[in-house]
Amino acid sequence: MNTYLSLQSITKKFGDFKALDSVDMDIAKASIHAILGENGAGKTTLMNIIYGLYQPDGGRIFLNGNEAVIPNPREALHMGIGMIHQHLMLVDTLTVTENVILGLEGVGLSISLKEHEERIAELSREFDFEVDPRAEIWKLPMGMRQRVEILKVLYRDVDLLILDEPTSVLAPNEIEAFLAGLDRLRAAGKTIVFITHKLDEVAHVGDRITVMRHGKVTGNTDIEHTDTREMARMMVGRDVVMELEKPDIEPGGIALEFENAVAINDRGLPALKGVNLSVRRGEVIGIAGVDGNGQVELAEIATGMRQLESGSVRVDGIDVSETSVHERRHKHCIGYVPEDRHGTGLVLDFSVSKNCMLRDFSERPFSENTLIKSSVVDSIAEKWVEDYDIRLQSIYQQTRFLSGGNQQKLVFAREVESDPDILVVMQPCKGLDIGAIEAVQNTILGQKRAGKAVLYISTELDDILAVCDRICVMCDGEISGVVTPEEATPERMGMLIAGIREASTC
Amino acid sequence: MLKFVETLYLFRSLWAVLAALLVGALLISMTEVSAWTAYRELFSGAFFDYYGVASTLVKMSPILLAGLAVVIPLRAGLFNIGAEGQIYIGALTASMAALYLPEMPAFIHISIVVVAGAMGGGLWGFIPGYLKAYHGINEVIVTILMNYVGINLVSFFAGGPMMQEGAPYPYSPEIAEHLWLPWIMDGTDAHAGVLVGIFLAFVVWVAMRYTTIGFALDTVGKNLTAARYAGINVKRQILVSMFVAGAIAGLAGTFEVIGLKYRLYHMFSPGYGYDGIVVAFLAGLNPVLVPLSALFLSGLKAGAHIMQRATGLESTVIDAIQGLVIIFVAASLAFRFDRTYWRRVLDSRKALHQTLEQKT
Repeated sequence: MNTYLSLQSITKKFGDFKALDSVDMDIAKASIHAILGENGAGKTTLMNIIYGLYQPDGGRIFLNGNEAVIPNPREALHMGIGMIHQHLMLVDTLTVTENVILGLEGVGLSISLKEHEERIAELSREFDFEVDPRAEIWKLPMGMRQRVEILKVLYRDVDLLILDEPTSVLAPNEIEAFLAGLDRLRAAGKTIVFITHKLDEVAHVGDRITVMRHGKVTGNTDIEHTDTREMARMMVGRDVVMELEKPDIEPGGIALEFENAVAINDRGLPALKGVNLSVRRGEVIGIAGVDGNGQVELAEIATGMRQLESGSVRVDGIDVSETSVHERRHKHCIGYVPEDRHGTGLVLDFSVSKNCMLRDFSERPFSENTLIKSSVVDSIAEKWVEDYDIRLQSIYQQTRFLSGGNQQKLVFAREVESDPDILVVMQPCKGLDIGAIEAVQNTILGQKRAGKAVLYISTELDDILAVCDRICVMCDGEISGVVTPEEATPERMGMLIAGIREASTC
Repeated sequence: MLKFVETLYLFRSLWAVLAALLVGALLISMTEVSAWTAYRELFSGAFFDYYGVASTLVKMSPILLAGLAVVIPLRAGLFNIGAEGQIYIGALTASMAALYLPEMPAFIHISIVVVAGAMGGGLWGFIPGYLKAYHGINEVIVTILMNYVGINLVSFFAGGPMMQEGAPYPYSPEIAEHLWLPWIMDGTDAHAGVLVGIFLAFVVWVAMRYTTIGFALDTVGKNLTAARYAGINVKRQILVSMFVAGAIAGLAGTFEVIGLKYRLYHMFSPGYGYDGIVVAFLAGLNPVLVPLSALFLSGLKAGAHIMQRATGLESTVIDAIQGLVIIFVAASLAFRFDRTYWRRVLDSRKALHQTLEQKT
């Protein structure tokens, strides 16, 4: 193997958090190297180090066999390394050519657009990109824009292209064309590193894969020697299994039910493709799967944050598809711990105390006849801080200054304490330490004991196994299978996560 | 010590004003008049002279109400640049109600006039609110453009259908005396509008601080997604806050007609709606501080003429100072109290002192 880029025990810390822990990786010349892993596994951090955006705290980088220091992106480009970010960085009102030569060195004040146009057209032809150099960006579909980004780095004559989740912005038919484009780049001798968490894409075009998890490399292998099932197992992993005692109670009637739920995501692409699912009282249903397969949309459909395209959501048999967030919260008693605590679950500029009443401020005991009962709010806040072990200086402190884990506990406390009949929780253990995770899981099981219906959405299989009665695996907007914790062998879960279906109802 | 630094930050508007006055003093000292004399005349004229105070209060009424009309939507994250137009339309509808309704008891008529003015201004706020809430159209642009429509509508009516016969320039006939607002200082123009303004500022403050209405509005302003998540009807918040803001600005216009001019004049407001923006920021979006900052700004305006008469210094220098106030207040918004930074600074100072003490 002719190694182009070699990383040796790269380590990167952000504060106390080890984003990368001694990562080794060899990338062969003129190959497509896929980096697989869940969100937060450290993929993007690693790529930012290769592109010179971050400096590693330890380890060495070798480029073509020589040790290299990559101080910044400009130098990286000189060395022949180009990166295409997840969010395209193009100026919408400029043409393709103008975007490509933007920031190009040696252009100076006299720009011969025509000359550049011809060269870009030629480059585009060479790789079959079909990009019109004179088109304005805003008129182009996403797939085309991405090719412009690729042209941008190719025009700077790079040998190594880093693509950060390139397919996440593309529609399904664009993805195929994109993968074919990668093939041609490889044929032309370019080395490609691409980050993804979609297994089938890797299986399609990759030569070699590296799987990352929690900042470590968990697998490094040729595509030929593995399959999607094996990849999924490496990606999801199984570290520690905590043993909690699940209360053995007979589930009651169906509390929350989805029927043929179809929804689109924020980019207008299909996110749920006909989901059937029901949660009974006294039951904890887990939703497993890799991030971005429709889990957020499912939670938002349940809680009224997003409207269905077709199908229905029922609470206790009543169709609530058309009802508002307010009604779902107060009439149908649905509690919701969203995944995005900063953007959705909390107002960071508010005090902790104000965030405690964020969802129920218009109800007793927080307010009466529109008058807010500050002293009641404060005493409730103090109680939750105590009960849920939220570490802070004072409840009047801005929520912004709490650590991520404590913010998470705050949201969790508020939603559980509102005494909902149905609790939708998403990644409730993100950012928590082992002790806090156990507390959260015990609370969830307490809810089950109290006869509540819980929908527990997480990408962490261990968390799900610890609390759930049944596990539905989501893949690509559909439920690819339902298993009990006992049946959830890594192999079987890996298969379901990769989208190899077993059944469609849960 | 940390607390002390935080308090300093809290008063940053005040420091901004002082800085503006300081730079203004430099400007004045380029003339023959000393800055000290100019400022003495200005402030004693505006705040310590009977007729001067009256003149300050006359200007304070519209500026204070316009300030509230900016503060309320801004708490929900909306920039209401349209107070000026809302003032004009409020004055227009109030004048119509005052001039063209049949005879009725004074108490009822004056109530109708006030409500008509508020509704007129409210409509002028509701339109951009509706466009923002349901069609996502930028409220800044809509409110700015609607100012021109409002101002010119008044010019049209005051110079056309409503014009006083034989008037030398566009104004309406005089409204009946029983509709006039009472005076609050004998023998001056100072009318009760300013009292209504102070009362409303207090009401808005209570609503913002102690009720769910204010909480919902603040939530929308600080995090729209979280507001949706909290079950707040965001569209309604936008509509209502813009309507209420417009209505309060409409009151400002109404009081100019029934409190001061007793006729609808064309171009009657010298930009009170825009002064409202300055007042809102000077008050740090706190409704209870709006009267204070309105008092300061109207004092500057009223004192400028008194100063000119007393010293011969052009009152335009006060316009320049007013501009400086805007710039400095806007700049002061960039200074946010950074607790971690200051803690580090203070801790390292303390450590330095300790090592110094140990050495001696």
